[in-house]
Amino acid sequence: MPRWGMVIDLDRCTGCAACEVACKSENNVPAVSPAQADMGRAVSWMKVMVLVEGDFPDTTLRFVPRPCMHCDNPPCVKVCPVAATYLSPEGIVGQIYPRCIGCRYCANACPYTVKYFNWFAPTWSESERAHLNPDVSVRPKGVIEKCTFCHHRLQKAREDARAEGRELRESDYQPACAEVCPTAAIAFGDLDNPQHLVGTLSHEPRATRLMEELGTEPKVYYLTPRT
Amino acid sequence: MGDAASKLRDLPEDARVILRPLVETTWRFYAVAGLLGAVALWGLVAYYLQFHSGLGRTGLNQPEYWGIYIIDFVFFIGISHAGTLISAILRISKAEWRRAITRSAEFITVLVIGFGAIQPIIDLGRPDRLLNVFKHAQLRSPLLWDVISIGLYFTASTIYLYLPMLPDLAIIRDAGIKAPRFYRWLAAGYRDTPEQRNRLERAIGILAIVVIPLAVSVHTVIGWIFAMTLRPMWHSTIFGPYFVMGAIYSGIAALLIAMVVLRRAYRLEEYFRPVHFDYMGRLLLLFSLLWLYFTFAEYLTAFYGGEHAEMRTFWAKVSGPFAVPFWTMVLCCCVIPLGLMCRGATRTPRGTLYASIAVVIGMWLERFNIVVPTSVNPRWEFEQAARYFPSWVELSIMAGTFAGFILLYMVATKFFPIISIWEIREGREVAKHEVPERVASYLPPDPIGAA
Repeated sequence: MPRWGMVIDLDRCTGCAACEVACKSENNVPAVSPAQADMGRAVSWMKVMVLVEGDFPDTTLRFVPRPCMHCDNPPCVKVCPVAATYLSPEGIVGQIYPRCIGCRYCANACPYTVKYFNWFAPTWSESERAHLNPDVSVRPKGVIEKCTFCHHRLQKAREDARAEGRELRESDYQPACAEVCPTAAIAFGDLDNPQHLVGTLSHEPRATRLMEELGTEPKVYYLTPRT
Repeated sequence: MGDAASKLRDLPEDARVILRPLVETTWRFYAVAGLLGAVALWGLVAYYLQFHSGLGRTGLNQPEYWGIYIIDFVFFIGISHAGTLISAILRISKAEWRRAITRSAEFITVLVIGFGAIQPIIDLGRPDRLLNVFKHAQLRSPLLWDVISIGLYFTASTIYLYLPMLPDLAIIRDAGIKAPRFYRWLAAGYRDTPEQRNRLERAIGILAIVVIPLAVSVHTVIGWIFAMTLRPMWHSTIFGPYFVMGAIYSGIAALLIAMVVLRRAYRLEEYFRPVHFDYMGRLLLLFSLLWLYFTFAEYLTAFYGGEHAEMRTFWAKVSGPFAVPFWTMVLCCCVIPLGLMCRGATRTPRGTLYASIAVVIGMWLERFNIVVPTSVNPRWEFEQAARYFPSWVELSIMAGTFAGFILLYMVATKFFPIISIWEIREGREVAKHEVPERVASYLPPDPIGAA
């Protein structure tokens, strides 16, 4: 069985945030008003984090794209009182929107702060409404949502492969962020499959994971910058 | 009412004094009740708005996911340790001075626990899906442990309030001073025969033992909700015992405030005597020292380890944006109660009242200092620290629940004797003779060879 994971090469990331935008339009992530965003209520399943290092003028900007880590030992899954967030057999941490009671315990438990809450019901402009992705359910108010590694694409890819009577190929299933990245900084595939790019990249000496010491076993690897 | 008043006059003195609030109500009571009722209604309106449009009505955000409601949840459930736990411990340890105060304590427990238990429901994004907690119960979630332990504790403490009240309910029924059918139903055929009394006392004895581990489990589990996560300054083994200690501390303070008010309002000075305040004040002193010890241990452990993520939260509390609530908490939980309660001259009703008000405020701030500074300081340094200002909706709901609790407690004093009549009588008739015998049994016989 595949173990889906991601490797992000920080040397290649330019901080363009195309992954963020692609993710939002793929997953029907609603935009919030500027006032709400200032309150810290913007939703960004994939978010390019920016860290400013050093003092002016010797400053460096560091970019770290941060999707859900899809931990093998996910702290969010353990604490959910209603099993609305779960770890699938293929290693994807999902969220069952119609079951979530909105207690936000998982959001507190996640050390990577990747869980977002729907403070209000989502609103769409007419033009946005016309372009909602029919493969992804729109979330109601009061539930948690998060990056799913675009698992609706996996379903579709599997069906296509089955219809064509062939094995699933690496290129069949790519999340929106990996697909759109102009510098190919984001690789996605089966971590246990040496034929897949991530299968080899994740074993590179540069490969590291966020807060590995917590024992959460994230499946998103980062290739640290050489400089 | 004239009829009830004349019936009241025929009762023995203890019953007459204690039952007076059940038949006589002053205009002041109505005024205060009306005011509290208005505040509670205001809170309901605020909740309706939040229910209607979503939790966006609060000041919460990402990553500041938990705020006023969770603070109040921990605070109210903490107060609920007033009753059952203190009363059970005093009963089991045969502290004779307990007789006048157990009932008022048990009432606090039962009434406040409901107001505590609704807080996480107010905090839910989807209160309409509450029953999923049973339908899809996931036992490895600490929230489920909480549902179970609060449920058990509420049940046990309600029975523990009701059973020792049976003889008093029978007294009201027999006196016929109020709502005869209601009290006939409540008294459940209790006639105070020696056999019934014997059974009742055995049942109370068993319950007093059962509620202690339940009370300890309730606040331990609430501490664990935080401690089981990997959040800086939450992920700590001290949280279980720390929460239990803090709960009893705030419970004692709440009880003392209730005693001072009841004493004044219902002229119960001869029942809540200075000695009660002196002894309860000593308990408060003990717990202020325990609080200092636990808090010091917690902060020293975080500081000495010096882990980056922990230190961000640590400094946010000690000298950062949360310095004011932090040091006010130290003042209210330690300096004021310690200073007032360490001297006999200030362990008076007035002195304990001031100390208790400080402790209640301080313990609320402690819950604030646990929930908010950790929430706004995520572990990952790339994530920016958040801000949190409670919205008027949150503050209104908070005011509404406080008012609702006090109102319900006031109403309860109009239907139930807030001091146990039969236990006072038992004290006068039985315990007064038992105690010298008990003391004699502690000592060697005089002369030693006599027995």
